[in-house]
Parts: sequence; C-alpha cells; structure tokens
Amino acid sequence: MAMEPELLKNLTKKPATLVYPFEKFPPVEGLRAKHMWYADRCIGCGLCARVCPAFAIELDGRGKDVKGITFYLGRCVFCAQCEEVCPKKAIKLTQEYELACYTQEDTILKFTKE
Amino acid sequence: MKETEFIIPVGPQHPALKEPEKFLIKVDGEYVVDADVRMGYNHRGIEKAMESRTYLQGLYLVERICGICSCAHTTCYTQCIEEAMGLEIPERAKYIRVITAELERIHSHLLWLGIAAHEVGFDTLFFYIWRDREVVMDLLELISGNRVHYAMPTIGGVRRDIPPEKVNEIKKGCNVLEKRTKYYKELILNEKTIHNRGDGVGVLTPKEAVALCTVGPVARASGINTDVRADDPYLVYDEIPFNVITYDGCDVTSRILVRVDEVLESINIVRYCLDHMPDGPIRKVVSPLMRVPEAEVVSLVEAPRGELIHYTRSNGGMKPYRHKVRAPTLGNILAVCEMLKGGYIADVPIVIAGIDPCLCCADRIAFVDVNTDKRWVWTDEQLRRYGVKWYQQNS
Repeated sequence: MAMEPELLKNLTKKPATLVYPFEKFPPVEGLRAKHMWYADRCIGCGLCARVCPAFAIELDGRGKDVKGITFYLGRCVFCAQCEEVCPKKAIKLTQEYELACYTQEDTILKFTKE
Repeated sequence: MKETEFIIPVGPQHPALKEPEKFLIKVDGEYVVDADVRMGYNHRGIEKAMESRTYLQGLYLVERICGICSCAHTTCYTQCIEEAMGLEIPERAKYIRVITAELERIHSHLLWLGIAAHEVGFDTLFFYIWRDREVVMDLLELISGNRVHYAMPTIGGVRRDIPPEKVNEIKKGCNVLEKRTKYYKELILNEKTIHNRGDGVGVLTPKEAVALCTVGPVARASGINTDVRADDPYLVYDEIPFNVITYDGCDVTSRILVRVDEVLESINIVRYCLDHMPDGPIRKVVSPLMRVPEAEVVSLVEAPRGELIHYTRSNGGMKPYRHKVRAPTLGNILAVCEMLKGGYIADVPIVIAGIDPCLCCADRIAFVDVNTDKRWVWTDEQLRRYGVKWYQQNS
C-alpha cells in the first residue's frame, strides 16, 4: 500500500526506456568498441597478438614487412589490451558499437597496407 | 521413505535466477522435508584454462567468471599476483579500485533487490529498482567505458584515472541513489507483500550459519559480524570509516534489509574516497609478458556476495602453475538446504534467491515425493508462478 504516491507521480512521466533503433543513447567517452588500425604507425612488433586474451588478432608479417592485420571480432572481448600495449599507438578502439551482422565472415575485420 | 513424501527436482535451468543449478527437494504435501544440491552442471574449466594463459591474459579471463562481480574477481586476482611479485601499487590506484568495487556492490545489491521483489511477485518494485539501477550502471560506464566488464584493475594499478569533472558527476549520481535507496528502505519496512513473504521464511540460525561457513550478507543477516573489509582490510579499507551491517532476523526480510543498508554504506564509502583520493600516478609499469617469481599466494576480497578467495601458485614462469577460485556462492549454497527445511514449496524460489546465488561463479531444482518416489522437474518460471499463486490462495 506504500507505493501508490510513487505510482501516481510516474503516471505523467514518459517511459524510462528508449525506442532503440530510432533513438540512440550516445556512446560514452572511453567506450571500447570496433578496432581501427593505422598502417603507417605499425612497426610489426606483434605484441598485440601476443597479449590478446581471446587470441583474436593475427598480424600478417613481422617487422618492416608487416602487410596487414586481422581482428576476429567474434572472439574479441573488447578489453583494449592491444590498444594499451601498442608502443606506437597503431591500434585504436573506436566508439562504433553496432557490430551485429548476419554472416560469420562479416565478423572478421581486415586491414591491409597499401 | 514415508508414503506421503515426494522428491521434486528443480532445475538445472532457472531455479531462481537465470542460471543453472539443480536442487532435489523432498516434500511431504506442501512442506519441504529435506533438500539436496547437485553442483557442476555449469562447469566451464576456467581454472584449467588459466594454466595455459599468461598472467595478463588470465586477468581478462577471471573478469569473465561472473558478469556482476567482475571487479571483485579482478581486484582479488591482481592482489594475488602483486603479492607474489612483491609489487606495491600507488595510493591513488587503491582508491580508484575501492570506488569501482563499491559502485559494483551498489549495482549488484540493487539488482538482487529487484530479483527478490520479482520472486515474491512484486513486479512493480522490481521495475522501479531496476530503473534506478541504471544510474549506477551509467556511473560505471562513465568511469570505465563499459557497463559490465569494467577492466579497471590491472596488474600494477588501475587502467583509467577518474578526472575531477567525473568526480562531480559521480557525486551527483550518488545523491540520486541515496534518495532512492532510502525511499526503498522505507517502502520495504512498510510494505505488507514483503513481510508476508519474507518474515520467518528461510530461517538460518546464527549457530547453523557459523557451522555451515556462510559468508557475506547471508551471514550478516543471521547476526554474524563478518566482513573481509573490516576483519582483514585490503586496499585502503583500514582508512575508510564504515559500519558492518548486521541484522538478527535470520530470515529473508533481514537479508533484504542487510543489502539495502549496505547500499547506503557503500554510497558513503564512495563519497569518502572521492574526497580523500590523493593525487599521483595510477599505475606502475609492468611488462605485459612478465614472469612471476616462485610463490604461493592467497588473496581475500569482500565481493558483493561475500568472501571471495583466489589462490595462485607460480613456479617462476609466465603462466600460473595452478589458480584456484572459491566464489562466495559456494560458501552459501549448503546453507540453502538448511534454510529450505521446514518451509513451504512456495517459498523455495525466494529462499534460493535469498543468498544471491551467483551460480556461474559456483547449476535447476528437482522435487521428489518421499513416499511415492514420484519425481518432477520445475523451472524457475513454473516454480515462481506456483509460489505466487499459492500465496494468493492461502492468505
């Protein structure tokens, strides 16, 4: 019986939820989402692939011969350890969080050096 | 077996929370005569997986043992490894770890309060509490970037600093939370639904609580003054003034009240930490591929559900030789069987939910009638509906 005043007060308020695909909550600063790779900065040390707890990073070539990088987003746990460990800041986690897709191939994120 | 007894299996899917655990409940008509628990349905092999990962990779694996107490697991794990390496972390990092841990406790307890309201059939309260829980989830997102897996503690300190502008926002959020929690406490004290379903239900006497080694809020609701933060202070809990909340009702209502008061206490701890946080570095640089000297370390942390233990044995390599986790639910699960005895079938969901079981940390309920040996399995939803309906007809 103690809840009635609260219930009446909330009658006139609009819903607390958002109608998702139409209204979106802006991502907060520091959100860890889709990866970005800067080819010109990468020195091919391979530290990112070694520290990844989900074994989700594959580096193509080592040292100066680095040709590209593959992120398996289906495996990634978005801990941002790769971003943290990179000595040249070549990996950056962007705030693009809508990563749902229909096929398994789409979960593989590939970057190549031109 | 007497002629009138029955065994009802409940689970392994959804006994109370949406997690698998199997309970075998012996019943005589509506009364529960005996209860038994079958663990292990949800075995994930995390401890073995730890042995094939480096210490830093292990950090992210322990964080994923449980979604709700992810910060408690990482804090405990990092303390373990730092102790083994002989690493002293900066003072500011300790404060930031405490802030994250206490915000997590607020979020975990509010989540549980909502679940408890849902289990007794009070869905209005469930939705209101969960709406207000979004405030603390937003605060955690603000400081760590994520709603669930914060990834704040790391070996050697914390990963993100709390800048002054965020301090103000956390304080504002704490004010909202305090106001709402005080309102819910008032509501719980005066609302008949809670008292009808909670008073004298799932009684665990202090003597049994000690004998069955219960931990955390369950023990404190039976009047046992036990809290790792006060008994064996870690991080900076020895500098922070706070009260250990105990109630001597020994029933479900006490368990609800202990958690409400703990939320208020945690809000005060967060405020104290924000005001007294020293400046300085937030982490010590540690090689990502570090080796840990030969050591055997045990570390204790008060997780939202109780005492959490991590044990590591290292043999000087890059990977742990053995890592063992004792989650608080494992300490409390035996007490559930004791609590269920003598109660009604309709009280099974709220009593199981009463210990705030985190079964992913530690499996469904089967009922067996002891006289006819008839068995049937109920899921959480069926059991909860049965409980709510039974009380509607019998009160």
